[in-house]
Amino acid sequence: MAVGLAVFLVSMALLGHEILLMRLLSITQWHHFASMIISLALLGLGASGTFSTLFQKWLIPRFHGVFCINAILFGLAIPLSFAAARLVPLNPLEILWDPRQWLYLVQVYLILFLPFFFAGNCLTLALARFPKAIHRIYFYDLLGAGFGALGIMVLLFVLPPWDCLAVLSAPGFAAAGLVRLDLKPRRSRAVGSLLMLCGAGFPLLWPQHGTFPGISPYKGLSSALLAPGARVVAQRFSPLGWLSVVESPSIPFRHAPGMGLQCHAEPPPQLGVFVDGDSMSPITRFDGRLEPLAFLDCLTSALPYRLLNAPRVLVLGAGGGMDVLMARAHGARSIDAVELDACMIDLVRDAFGEYAGHLYSDEKVGIHAAEARSFVSRSRETFDLIQVSLLDSFTASATGGHALSESYLYTVESMSEAYRILSPGGYLAVTRWLKVPPRDSLKLFATAVVALERSGISTPGERMALIRSWSTTTLLVKKGAISAEDGAQIRDFCNRRGFDIDFCPGVQPGETRSFNLLDEPYLSDGARALLGEQRDAFMERYKFAIEPATDDRPYFFHFFKWRTLPEILSSRGRGGLPLMEWAYPLLVMTLIQALVLSLILILAPLFFLERGGESGMGGGRVVLYFAALGLAFLFMEIAFIQKLILFLGHPITAASVVIAGFLVFAGLGSRASAALREALSRRRVMGQGGSILMATGGIALLAVLDITLLPWLFTRLATLGDAARIAVSMAVIAPLAFLMGMPFPLGLAMVGDSKPAHVPWASGINGCASVLATVLASILAVHLGLNAVILLAVALYGLAAMAFGRSREKFQGG
Amino acid sequence: MVRISTSGPVWILALVLAASTPLHAADDPFKSAREGMVREIEGDVRRTSERIGKAALDPRVMEVLARVLRHEFVPESEKSHAYENRPLPIGYGQTISQPYIVALMTDLLKVGGESVVLEVGTGSGYQAAVLAEIVRSVYSIEIIEELAGTAAERLKRLGYKNVEVRTGDGYHGWKEHAPFDGIVVTAAASHIPPPLIEQLKPGGRMVIPVGGPFFVQQLLLVEKGQEGDIQTRQLLPVAFVPLTGGH
Repeated sequence: MAVGLAVFLVSMALLGHEILLMRLLSITQWHHFASMIISLALLGLGASGTFSTLFQKWLIPRFHGVFCINAILFGLAIPLSFAAARLVPLNPLEILWDPRQWLYLVQVYLILFLPFFFAGNCLTLALARFPKAIHRIYFYDLLGAGFGALGIMVLLFVLPPWDCLAVLSAPGFAAAGLVRLDLKPRRSRAVGSLLMLCGAGFPLLWPQHGTFPGISPYKGLSSALLAPGARVVAQRFSPLGWLSVVESPSIPFRHAPGMGLQCHAEPPPQLGVFVDGDSMSPITRFDGRLEPLAFLDCLTSALPYRLLNAPRVLVLGAGGGMDVLMARAHGARSIDAVELDACMIDLVRDAFGEYAGHLYSDEKVGIHAAEARSFVSRSRETFDLIQVSLLDSFTASATGGHALSESYLYTVESMSEAYRILSPGGYLAVTRWLKVPPRDSLKLFATAVVALERSGISTPGERMALIRSWSTTTLLVKKGAISAEDGAQIRDFCNRRGFDIDFCPGVQPGETRSFNLLDEPYLSDGARALLGEQRDAFMERYKFAIEPATDDRPYFFHFFKWRTLPEILSSRGRGGLPLMEWAYPLLVMTLIQALVLSLILILAPLFFLERGGESGMGGGRVVLYFAALGLAFLFMEIAFIQKLILFLGHPITAASVVIAGFLVFAGLGSRASAALREALSRRRVMGQGGSILMATGGIALLAVLDITLLPWLFTRLATLGDAARIAVSMAVIAPLAFLMGMPFPLGLAMVGDSKPAHVPWASGINGCASVLATVLASILAVHLGLNAVILLAVALYGLAAMAFGRSREKFQGG
Repeated sequence: MVRISTSGPVWILALVLAASTPLHAADDPFKSAREGMVREIEGDVRRTSERIGKAALDPRVMEVLARVLRHEFVPESEKSHAYENRPLPIGYGQTISQPYIVALMTDLLKVGGESVVLEVGTGSGYQAAVLAEIVRSVYSIEIIEELAGTAAERLKRLGYKNVEVRTGDGYHGWKEHAPFDGIVVTAAASHIPPPLIEQLKPGGRMVIPVGGPFFVQQLLLVEKGQEGDIQTRQLLPVAFVPLTGGH
């Protein structure tokens, strides 16, 4: 029991640390680099399997001492490794220019690898030491991980992420103490108590920073703070991100993306709200006078206000409120604004309410803390204008940093739903940064065309317009045909501000004056091709992936095509990196690195493990079985997180519910697996392997049922309240996860029966496969879709069952 | 005595020349590296000729790049990389631009011996030094006080007398010396400040790199017609310094 609880604590802190590290690295560096670094560091889990396999003869007899030391080292390594990693002068932005950066990257991997390695040692050794109680140890392991996932989400609401590190140390010490308490000698118990006290005191002794010093100097926040007198005037923390509000009196922010060059307006003073130290969203000072807001009429996103009179507006992605202010300045009748981050709302409405002219408390403004797509799906109201804000920064957008973040807002289904809630004659307006050659603007256009076709519109081109400034594009989709009068208004609007019309019914290419020249007419040619019969051929031919995103493949920001890689690499030396979409190649690079290291970690022990003994699983089958399980479990979990994000409507709720749900129910499944095995053996139904076959068969059945029924179920239940939707999600997850918790302990128990020395090795294989699975699942989802990832998981469970089935024959024969 | 008196003016002339011409050590240890860099830039220009619309840049620009001591503009730790055709960190989250881009931007400005140029974002001062070799006067504004101070001192030490550096907000340009034949904005902005467009002479050109550090974005050329009409052109993607001051 004490060991079980210790495993629970280590596992809890381990998962908490993994999620926390992702947050911290997203702040110090960038999200996509953070993913790569963590994936590699997580291989510490696989390495612990190898280490325990090689030295088990020495380690297992000294289990309590070794567990205790590793738990303490784990506790210490959580804050220390992060502090040490920050001393490495890694600048991922320079990685293609400066070979030294690769060395720094390896140093960071090795440092951050340590806590995972120590925790992995604790977990693996516990499994190897108690082969008869594997199902119980695994139960505590999964239960702990489930609580860790939930706990860290709660903690991130309470504390700044950098202060959470020391808190996560405490369970490490407590686990060490618990294991010592399990021993009989009084001295051991005294040491155990002392360790637990240390654990409780550690977070208090660890220096708390209050402010976060380690952020990359190349992030927007660092840059902004270099201006004389600039300072952070407020901060907010949540699992969604770290918001810092900067006041820069001497060098004002003056954020006005793509403002027309014919305009002379200067934006009024603004406060910059930085999300994770980048992606600035301004809070504009508003004193009730409209004259200082003239600049808002000089943006491409202001076009729909020229075409509508006192519209009812829905702003998706309100951020610091610029689009809400634009609606207010243009005389909107009512404004509903949706913002995901409640902390952002709090800043604009309360903390800086007066500065923002009480914009979010205005009687015409309704502010909703919700996920944009979910809000649209559930809305029963109609709007004259749906404005999708330009919230990501140009840099994040230009470097493809978001490439593998799912976005359910820019999918075909989402645009169809937005179109549904437009009033007749209403407009959907989406503004994006202009990139050369264009990517998102054309993908958006393609998405809108397909969405309109699916909504039963046979001539989508009659309802669309695309305009461009020197740095932004705005796409308009009208519920109804764009008339000649609308066309004249659009021309006049663009002429006065120096914008170009790339597509508009009734306007021929070259007919209007060009203000902003591109080296090729990418957008006007592209728009026409996407509306014509050559659409598929055009998308196939285009250098970037611009096929519309769907709910099954919600990766709007993924533009990378392998075909473009030679061009990117050849242009590297002369700054050809704009063509580079970073996240996807980084992911592939991560996969290759992880694969090579995993193979070494998995294969190395084979040379040392005792050969011989025909009973039980052979080495190859052990690899196949546990690798397949590691991949399948994570594939299933990741795909379900994605599917439930759409249903639950909030990424944090979805991640918490799904991760915790999966792990806790899988833990219960593990706990029940021994009973199932015994029951089946007693009745001599299917022998030892019956339970594994039953579990994998059940998983396959449930997964296929889920794929078939969930879209139908979720559509019908979309309007339920939060609690009801969480309950439905749990009901969907519970039986599947329960069964998914069984194959690992059942297989490991069998290995333990026949070749106990293989137990830590099998556990390490599973660890390595889990790491590979997280990376591989993203790549597969991008190319094949989430349903395909689930089906692959089913196939992998089938493969595991086959590997087991064959070894069972061998086992029974031997 | 006589000898001294006759050679005196020669020495004085030499001293005056040394003081008035920027320092280009003829036999400095980086000479061959610098020549290699220039050859590399020429190669890059040829390879990108389709995008930039020419197979070679203005020979004056290339001559200047072969003269200006880039190693004087980078931190000590980066000196050995000074003539690699890439951006280098100079501290404060800023970079010294890739030489190819400096050459291209200078060429795009189409300025000559009588031109007056405004630079927004001095950084290390390298771009200002390159411009100073070609034009009559360069006025450069830098937000970060420390960078402005170091760049001004460096430019002075290297003998660039026609460059004036000021700490401040580049948004409003430098009215006292306007209008300008060319403007370089080496700190990317979310929008182009209207005062800068106003301070551009009819027929003048403004070059702006758009985006973040070390990464490539677009290079934007803004041309002001004789009638004051404005036209922009997106040129090849480039890597440049980040947005400073959040414009």
